[in-house]
Amino acid sequence: MTKFLQTLMDGVAVGSLYALIALGYTMVYGTLQFINFAHSDVFVLGAWVSYTLAVVLGYAASGSHPPLWAGLLILVAAMATCGAVGFTIERLAYRPLRQAPRLNVLITAIGVSLLLQNVGQLKWFFGTQPQRMPSLIEDRVLGTVAGVSMHAVDVIGAGTAIALMLVLEWLIFRTRLGRAMRAVSHDTAVASLMGINVDAVISFTFVLGSSLAAAAGFLYAMKYPGLNQPAHATWVLLGLKAFVAAVIGGIGNVRGAMLGGFLIALIELFGAAYLSPHLRDIYVFSILIIVLLVRPAGILGTSVAEKV
Amino acid sequence: MAQAVSALLSIQHVSISFGGLKAVSDFSLELPEHGLYGLIGPNGAGKTTVFNVLTGVYRPDTGTIRLAGQDLIGLKPHRIAWFGMSRTFQNIRLFPDLSVLDNVRIACHLRAKAGFVSTMLRLRSHREEERIIEEKSRRLLALFDLAERAGEEARSLPYGDQRRLEIARALATEPKVVLLDEPAAGMNPKETHALAALIRRLRTEFGVAILLIEHDMGLVMEICDHVTVLDYGVTIASGEPAAIQRDPRVIEAYLGEPTEVA
Amino acid sequence: MMARSFLGAVAPLAVGFALAVALHLAAGSLIAPFYVKLLMDIGINVILAVSLNLVNGFTGQFSIGHAGFMAVGGYAAGVITYYGSFLLFGNTHVAEGWLTGGDLLFVGGCLFGAVLAALAGFVVGLPSLRLRGDYLAIVTLGFGEILRVLLQRTGDVLQTAEQVEKAGVGTLATSLGGSLGFSGLPYYTDLFWVYVFVTITLVVALRLKFSSLGRAFLSIRENEIAAEAVGVNTTRLKVRAFVLAAGFAGIAGGLFAHEIGTSLNPRELGFQKSFDVVIMVVLGGMGSVSGAVLAAIVLTLLPEALRGFSEFRMPIYALALILMMILRPQGLLGLREIWEMKWLKR
Repeated sequence: MTKFLQTLMDGVAVGSLYALIALGYTMVYGTLQFINFAHSDVFVLGAWVSYTLAVVLGYAASGSHPPLWAGLLILVAAMATCGAVGFTIERLAYRPLRQAPRLNVLITAIGVSLLLQNVGQLKWFFGTQPQRMPSLIEDRVLGTVAGVSMHAVDVIGAGTAIALMLVLEWLIFRTRLGRAMRAVSHDTAVASLMGINVDAVISFTFVLGSSLAAAAGFLYAMKYPGLNQPAHATWVLLGLKAFVAAVIGGIGNVRGAMLGGFLIALIELFGAAYLSPHLRDIYVFSILIIVLLVRPAGILGTSVAEKV
Repeated sequence: MAQAVSALLSIQHVSISFGGLKAVSDFSLELPEHGLYGLIGPNGAGKTTVFNVLTGVYRPDTGTIRLAGQDLIGLKPHRIAWFGMSRTFQNIRLFPDLSVLDNVRIACHLRAKAGFVSTMLRLRSHREEERIIEEKSRRLLALFDLAERAGEEARSLPYGDQRRLEIARALATEPKVVLLDEPAAGMNPKETHALAALIRRLRTEFGVAILLIEHDMGLVMEICDHVTVLDYGVTIASGEPAAIQRDPRVIEAYLGEPTEVA
Repeated sequence: MMARSFLGAVAPLAVGFALAVALHLAAGSLIAPFYVKLLMDIGINVILAVSLNLVNGFTGQFSIGHAGFMAVGGYAAGVITYYGSFLLFGNTHVAEGWLTGGDLLFVGGCLFGAVLAALAGFVVGLPSLRLRGDYLAIVTLGFGEILRVLLQRTGDVLQTAEQVEKAGVGTLATSLGGSLGFSGLPYYTDLFWVYVFVTITLVVALRLKFSSLGRAFLSIRENEIAAEAVGVNTTRLKVRAFVLAAGFAGIAGGLFAHEIGTSLNPRELGFQKSFDVVIMVVLGGMGSVSGAVLAAIVLTLLPEALRGFSEFRMPIYALALILMMILRPQGLLGLREIWEMKWLKR
């Protein structure tokens, strides 16, 4: 029972991170119909930017006790930075290809991804050595439920992620801006005829997705402080899994991304806990293949057929 | 008009819905050999959907489709092409980066028999087939007045030539029935007149039956033996062109007047 | 007449074969080892780029898991040569002599690797090629990852002839070295074999492209719906291209595995390698065989030229890729072969 609850808790914690990243994938796919391969690198960027800020603010020194608001400050700064990066990428690399075949944009996305990864590990940026993220949240145990201890990091992490998702849910389904976003993702041409500034909406989508990814990066660094280089395989794998989450939830569907994130994390962690821990990646990719074969549109997605 | 001989293309009670919307209801048509039939109706009436169902892009909910006795329902588009039904598209679908000649040669591939090994080893059967395909394609291009442009990229052709190329390509599959989807779209009266002559030639020189979707009423009335009118997926009239033109339901569907006069 | 057509069919192969022999003989005395290795690397990359071009260029499908098929071929060939050597010769030294026992074991291994890789291509391709373009990309990426995880879970490589003789086929097939990789493979790869296979790859690719079958492949890339409408069985041809490409990648894997100075481990043949090959195909021109060859040559030599700036290699490639897509998306040669380029016709 303890094991079950522990795994469940971890699943929720990790799932919320996958969900935050998956949202960026799904929003871009919804508006521009392509997979932004570079998105997971923004997540990595968020983690590294958080680390850099922590160092700059002097919290990396041992024995330092960062105040409570430090974490919040770094989080917001990281989100803003990555939002700007996302904006720049869209403007420079994707906008010129708005009318190009989707294959070309995919290739460009791969290029941007490789660029972010490899520039990120140059010595003038984040360097070639793995670093350790200072802990901005005291590692306290808040309580015990059925034998499972609730760490502050996990609670705050999952809580922040869920709070962000609720904000996004409100934004997309209860504001005019959100309605504009949904209109653009439905039909770009018609949306512009309705007077919506499509370029601005798309830019905003990228900023939004990137800042959520940055938040996920920050939260990830809180929970797993060992940061590898941006081009390291562990990050790429994480990003891939978040993408799988977006796909099984229904790519293009915001609620689907959130659902998919938790689902994938639970499958992965329960598989690792009860089957073999070494094959965790395989559980995730197998689910992807099964979904693509059986219901490519995903759980909440709708398939759009090409007009003949 | 009762058909003494069973029709080449027999479509009976075909219906298809998308979501909750019935795009085509109870569509029936008997196209005889060498027949030149027209399919008209306001935009969105379901005409192209009928073509898509006939060529296997969509599977109908009900009905039967038989081409020279062969049941076509459930077959994939390339199989239906093999059985002798070819088409052109409302929005031209050429192979843009490839040459005009190649566009036609590709349509000859389905009748080719040489396989992978023969191709790799450049065996006689392969080389002979290549020669036949090239000859046949060049002949077709000449018939369609495109021989001079054989080596040009398809995308660089003027609009009218592109439409003709699409028709030439459709003929290269050695079809029994050709479905033409708005071939006169965007053409001026002179071009449309030339097109009418071309379509008539298809019937006489190639011996194919033709089903034509068109908005140009002049063209339809001039060359078609028989016209079917669709509105919101329902067949509202079917018969000889002169009768159709006078049919009050048809006039009403088009809001009073035909869209173009020849 | 028969002789003439036989000659025509065989001539290019004979030329390539002669070139391969020439290179092999020159390797000992005329070409320094450093350049021999470079030429081998170029040859292997040419096979990879030209074969991926069959899928990404000819049929327009976006596969980014090519290195996975390379891994299948490489490991399979390794099992045959390494464990086969123990069983046949009692050791894993390179059995001297050209076209003798050891050599044939190696080639047999490579061909076995190719068949296995082609089979993997079939298993991966058949379900995925029904999906939309971007989904295929993800599936191929996922396949590469699954393969990597599986390879990392394999057991240690057996070290003595006795162990090998006692082990069953199952054990041999799963003793692939895990994360550390399959070490100790004999260095059978030489310029002769590399360029024999390069010749075969080029002949197949070019003969395919300039044939009715090849044009049918291209039609899928140009307009899949129109291709279906003129009778092209698009799914079957897409799978065929995929399987063929996977087979050649398997050969490249076998050659890579037995090359001096390379290590066969799961990381080495991961998505980084897949991306390298995709970059070659995209930059050279998707659909152009000579473009892929050119790009393979340039992108094999470039890291050598940029020796001092190795950490800039990937950022430069990435930037080149992005700029290419924005400014000249068809790549260097587009669909054309280098002898078809307009500026040559004067």
